[in-house]
Order: sequence, then C-alpha cells, then structure tokens
Amino acid sequence: MARGMFSETAIKELEEIRRRYPDSRAALLPALHIAQREFGWLSDDVMRSVARLLNLTEAEVKGTASFYSMFRFRPMGRHIIQLCTNVSCMLLGAERLVDLLKDRYGLEPGGTTEDGRFSLVIMECIGACGTAPAMLVNSDFYDNLTEERIVEILERYK
Amino acid sequence: MERVLLKNIENPNSAEIDEYLKAGGYRNVSKAFDMRPEDIIEEVKKSGLRGRGGAGFPTGMKWGFAIADPKFPKYLICNADEGEPGTFKDRPILERNPHLLIEGMIISAYALKAEYGYIYLRAEYPKAKEILDRAIRQAYERNYLGENILGRDVRFHLTVHQGAGAYICGEETALIDSLEGKRGQPRNKPPFPVNVGAWRMPTIVNNVETLANIPYIVEIGGEAYSKIGNPECPGPKLYCVSGHVNRPGVYELPMGTTLREIIYTHAGGIRNDKELKAVIPGGVSTPVLPASMIDCRMDFVSMPKAGSMLGSAAVIVMDETVCMVKVMHRIMKFFEHESCGKCTPCREGTGWLRRILESIEKGNGRPGDIELLRDISEDMMGKTFCPLGDGAAGALRGMLKHFEYEFEEHIAGRSRCKGG
Ligand SMILES: Cc1cc2nc3c(=O)[nH]c(=O)nc-3n(C[C@H](O)[C@H](O)[C@H](O)COP(=O)(O)O)c2cc1C
Ligand code: SF4
Ligand code: FES
Repeated sequence: MARGMFSETAIKELEEIRRRYPDSRAALLPALHIAQREFGWLSDDVMRSVARLLNLTEAEVKGTASFYSMFRFRPMGRHIIQLCTNVSCMLLGAERLVDLLKDRYGLEPGGTTEDGRFSLVIMECIGACGTAPAMLVNSDFYDNLTEERIVEILERYK
Repeated sequence: MERVLLKNIENPNSAEIDEYLKAGGYRNVSKAFDMRPEDIIEEVKKSGLRGRGGAGFPTGMKWGFAIADPKFPKYLICNADEGEPGTFKDRPILERNPHLLIEGMIISAYALKAEYGYIYLRAEYPKAKEILDRAIRQAYERNYLGENILGRDVRFHLTVHQGAGAYICGEETALIDSLEGKRGQPRNKPPFPVNVGAWRMPTIVNNVETLANIPYIVEIGGEAYSKIGNPECPGPKLYCVSGHVNRPGVYELPMGTTLREIIYTHAGGIRNDKELKAVIPGGVSTPVLPASMIDCRMDFVSMPKAGSMLGSAAVIVMDETVCMVKVMHRIMKFFEHESCGKCTPCREGTGWLRRILESIEKGNGRPGDIELLRDISEDMMGKTFCPLGDGAAGALRGMLKHFEYEFEEHIAGRSRCKGG
C-alpha cells in the first residue's frame, strides 16, 4: 500500500500541491501539515507514508520534520492551547495565565491533562502583541486574555 | 498622511477582490504592464525604498542584482514569516489587505521576469492562510494571476507555503531551505539568493510590507515617493506598538517619525499614569533604549546613531514597574529556543547567557556575573554564522549599557522585585 493511510481527499490535495513546485521534496512541509491535520500527530508510520508518497527517504522526512516546533511526535490532547509568553504578552500578565492553567487544570507547559482534554504549548510570539496576552486553541485565535476570559474560552472546548 | 498600506482596512470586506477593485485596486498592474520591466526597477531605485523585513536593504538594488543574473527561471518570494517578537505589522496586510500584497507581487514579478512566486507564511497565522488562499483564487478567476495576465504575454503563479514554527526561517537563506523541504538553517553567503537561491536559481526575497509598497510607487512614481518621510530612507512605514501604552496597535506613519510621537501621540501614552522606563524599538533583537532617548527618529538611518536599530519597527513599551533582568531573561530564552544549532557561538552562547540571566533573576547571581555576560556576548558578536547570534548578544549588551545597575542590584540582593 504505497499510499499508506491517507484519505483520498488528502492524496488529491497533496497531488495538487505537488504540481506547484519544481520538485517533490518542496511539498514535504505541506504534506506534513496535511498528515498532522489528519492524524493529530506524526507517528513513525505516518512519516513513512509521507516518505513513500513523495519519494523521499524516511531519514529525510524525519530529519526535516524534527526541526520544526509545530510538528508533534507524540499524541496530543484533544485541544492544543498555544499560549504566548514572549515579552509583550509577559508585560501584560501571560505568566499569571500559565499559573492559572497549572492550578485549575493541572496543566504544565509541554504537558497534557490527565483526561486528554488539553495540551499546553508555550509559544514565542504569535503576532498579537498589540492585543496581548494571546493564544491559539487549535487554530482559533484569542487575545486580550484575562484570567476570567481564558477560563470562559476553554470551557467551550470539551 | 494618506494611508497606503492600511488603506480601507476598516471595511469589514476589505479582503474581497470586488471591494479592492472598487477602491481602485489592481489599476497599477495595467499601468506597470505598459512600462518596460527595467523602467519599473528604475522607479523602485529612484523611490529609495528600503526593505521592511529588518535589514533595510535597498529594494531597487536587490532587484538590479537579480535581473543582471542571466539564469532562468527566477523566483519571487514574499517573506511573511513575521517572527520577531513584538512584530505584528504584516498581519493586517495579510488578513485585511491581501490583494494589495498580491498586486505588489504581480508587478514585482513582471519587473523581475519571475513566473513563480511563493508567500512563505508562518504557521502561527492560520487565518491569514485562509484569507490569502481565497484572495489568490479570486485573483486567478479575474486573470490577475495565471497565464496571459490581462491578455498580455505575462504569466505568474502564486502559492502560499506554510512554515512550521521556526523563527530562523525568517532569515532569507534558511527560508529558502525550508521552502525546498529541508531543515531551515542559514546558508553561506555569498552566493546571495539573487544569484543562487531557491532550487539554485536567482531568487528575490522581500518582506510583505516591502512588496505592498510597490503598487504605490508605480502609481505616483519613484520621485514623488522619495519625498515621503525621511528622504534618506523614505516611504510610509508600519509601526507596531505593544506593551504598556493606552492604544497599542499598528500605525502607518511617515518613515522617521520619532518614538515620542509614536508612543504619546498615536499610541496614547503610558497606561495607568505610570512613567515610561524603556523602549525596545524594533523587536527583541534590537537594543533597548531608556526613556531619555525617545526623541530619536524611527528609521534605518537615525536608529543606529542612537545605538539601536529600526528592525521590524516593533515598539515594545515598558513602564517604571518593569524588571529589566526579567525581560532580558525572557528574551534570551527565546534566542536559546530559536537558535538553529548550526554554529557553536550561538547555540552554546545563548544557552550560557540564559542560564546566567536565570540565576541572577532568581536571586542566585554571583559577583562577576556581569563581566561573564559581557565576555560571552563579546565572544558571540560578529562570530556567528547568521545575524541571530548577533541579535542575541546585541540585545544583552544594550540592556547592560543602559540598565547595568539593575543587574547589580539583583546580584547584591538589593532589588525590589523579589526574584522577578
Ligand atoms: C534571524 C532572522 C530572522 C528574520 N525574520 C524575518 C521575518 O520574519 N520577516 C522578514 O521579512 N524578514 C526577516 N528577516 C530578514 C530576511 O533575512 C531578509 O533580509 C528580508 O526578508 C528581505 O526582505 P526586505 O529586503 O524586503 O526587507 C530575518 C533575518 C534574520 C537574520
Ligand atoms: S547564528 Fe544561531 S541561528 Fe544563525 S546559523 Fe548560527 S546557530 Fe543558527
Ligand atoms: S509577544 Fe505574545 S503575541 Fe507577540
């Protein structure tokens, strides 16, 4: 099964993307994004599949993927909280939010809650410094966070 | 000043092609196609436009180098990695004025004889990805992109390429490696990307804001453009203001506006009636300035004279309550995390500096730590493979130049901020 575990839609999407570049290696980052969207994280099997699809070696795929901080190599919680703590956010209280996540959900930076509901990833500036502090939950953007607001928002993610 | 880059962004549908056309958008594509490519490059040279990605390299000169290289195909890359902490100026263009960027890229591609373009977009901007994809689709439908654009013998294909969370991929050669599907680590220069870039072909990398200036230069001409703001590096400029101000946000002002005017007139001054303590003027890679220096002009020529840099014009404002040791510790943590690991002074240096700063912040600083910080940063300055290492060392040296006493107080256990 050369195409491995990908859905037909994903394969089609990837073929279309592939045509926009002079070689297939250039489609690697897009392919990894699609894989992560489909499977939540990049297991060895998934990366092997990507390698076959693009005619690359497994080493090329893993070596590249591991360089980037937004690719995940272990199962994550159902919802990924990506909270910025860089300077502009720090000045306006991001650290208190980190503490709150610890106290309320037992969530440590880099960790996942025991019930698998949330993972927390600390971010280096997500371009919302003017409305700091800010976070992404999955791909939803939230800014002007306060302790009350972050709880209210997270309660929507079950 | 009439707004050029943020024109019409209050319109909730500003990202739609019909709204953009209604406001006169894409007119400059036709105008540019009636010019010869070399004449457009001449206008860009005359305009005095300098790259808005941080380094301020003259855009016309870069284009001249690219066009002088006989190799084809040539690639045009828009740098939308916007990773410098404190920076959020490209985002309003990407999310609310995407057709201005696309128009700028079409004109640039025509001038540079590039038939393929990529927008390297940070993955932290998922909304911008959707908006750009939609805008590009619309531009294809109206034949501003694709084959035989507007019935002329011009073709240009444009693709959004998402990064995956690596600050170093904003550096143009690392960006190119990343676009090629590799680890994003800086390449040796020379050869420069204008000669040997993506897929070893001549490649022009320009920042979002730089490319968004091109339609206006075509519209009013290089000469008229060169009279906006500071004539030494003219044009409209986006300043992003964050931190302890009343009205943080992105402000489009003439290049060379003073920090004082940016902070007090536009951003509404300091919050909660506090005193201003310090400003990081151009993102965390640029040296901090104390409150006493805010009369300097924010442009590529004036900032170095004040001992800092314009960088990405990310103005981070700090009031009297801020602990500079803590800020510096956070900044160094960022650099340690983002160092790509290719060269030792940066990979090891940022780690050592972070550990020393952390121990000072926690109240475990030792006499001699400040000299040690100076020594290590000295050993990094000018000795790293790319400017990331210099940025880390330079930011620390700026901090020590103006706020050494705070570091001393921490080490002596006299600081008021209880270990943070
Ligand atoms: C560590 C590092 C990070 C950079 N990040 C960015 C970035 O996020 N966006 C950007 O446009 N330029 C960035 N640059 C500058 C680019 O290398 C390049 O100079 C710029 O994209 C050229 O475009 P311009 O001439 O239009 O400024 C970075 C440079 C370095 C050394
Ligand atoms: S200076 Fe830092 S980021 Fe640049 S090449 Fe060296 S290790 Fe990589
Ligand atoms: S510093 Fe947090 S979004 Fe920029």
